[in-house]
Amino acid sequence: MKEKTALVTGSSRGIGRSIALNLAQRGFKVAINYYNGGNDAGEHLEQAQEVLQEVQTMGAEGIIIGADVSVAESATALVDQTIEKWGRLDVLVNNAAINQDQLLLRVSDDLWDLILKTNLYSAFYCSRTAVRYMIKKRYGRIINISSVVGLAGNIGQTCYAASKSGLLGLTCSIAKEYGARGVTANIIAPGFIESDMTRQLPAEVSARMIAQIPAGRLGKADDVANLVCFLATPEASYINGQTIRIDGGMSI
Amino acid sequence: MSVFETVKEIIVEVKDIAAEDIKLESNFEADLEADSLDIVEMIMLLEEKFDFEIPEDAAEAMKTVKDVVDYIEKRLADDNT
Ligand SMILES: NC(=O)c1ccc[n+]([C@@H]2O[C@H](COP(=O)([O-])OP(=O)(O)OC[C@H]3O[C@@H](n4cnc5c(N)ncnc54)[C@H](O)[C@@H]3O)[C@@H](O)[C@H]2O)c1
Repeated sequence: MKEKTALVTGSSRGIGRSIALNLAQRGFKVAINYYNGGNDAGEHLEQAQEVLQEVQTMGAEGIIIGADVSVAESATALVDQTIEKWGRLDVLVNNAAINQDQLLLRVSDDLWDLILKTNLYSAFYCSRTAVRYMIKKRYGRIINISSVVGLAGNIGQTCYAASKSGLLGLTCSIAKEYGARGVTANIIAPGFIESDMTRQLPAEVSARMIAQIPAGRLGKADDVANLVCFLATPEASYINGQTIRIDGGMSI
Repeated sequence: MSVFETVKEIIVEVKDIAAEDIKLESNFEADLEADSLDIVEMIMLLEEKFDFEIPEDAAEAMKTVKDVVDYIEKRLADDNT
């Protein structure tokens, strides 16, 4: 188990960060990916360095790799660099994503392209490169982070929802194509998870959100990360092509 | 090692069958029970081994072990001229 390696896209902050930390805690070597760019230029490298430091404090091993996963060449290089570093890749978590709410009538071609490329093409690029390697080792775990919005759609989220449900077809097809080679592909569909964004919502908005959730609270990034950690293990080998919601029961 | 020996080794790696069951005239589907994914994987390993790309149409035309061996021998000969 100690030898296993994982790559988590978009892991400088948020859910991706938590996934990287939890995997490290369970003995994985983790590749932390950040991207400084787009509409969201910020402190991503610094944040990635903090994640790496936490990983190392746990006594685990990590590396930081900058890459824009919406671009084929850099997504491919990201996976290749991880494999070069440790000589193996057991787990790929496609987590990086963006969202910009806009009603369909106001969605520009550019916005559509940007969101689809960042959220869906990225998973295709990384999975294609990873699978090539995983089938040779007869072991691999691909875990795609979708959203309950991908399953039900949402007002103002046509691009985001389309990108997130696109992951479904991608994931199930990978599951069928490579299941016999020890590679599984699954989807996690989180509901409302606490984030920088949700923390800024007005109290009455969060109260309304929470009222729809049987658990009576928003989810935590660790709630998602814990499932990733289980799906990443050999014990999860018979779970394939599934979509698992982590939403506190909101969708039942 | 001859090209045939190398191809055999790769087929054994992909299909986990005995090397002596692999003949030049063996048909991938009928004799070696290889499915399309087995063949893709074999092509992938051959590309790595010989360090050249095998185009899709050439790969599709490979029905028997001999087809593969002939193709590779031809490519190697072409590269040397
Ligand atoms: N927070 C929620 O409530 C929620 C709910 C459902 C699903 N999700 C999904 O969970 C995942 C993580 O979300 P989050 O809330 O942590 O969001 P976040 O914005 O905090 O994190 C997204 C990460 O992706 C990175 N990223 C963006 N574009 C990139 C690119 N082109 N290349 C590489 N990295 C890029 C960002 O830098 C960031 O680190 C996303 O897939 C999101 O859709 C989140």
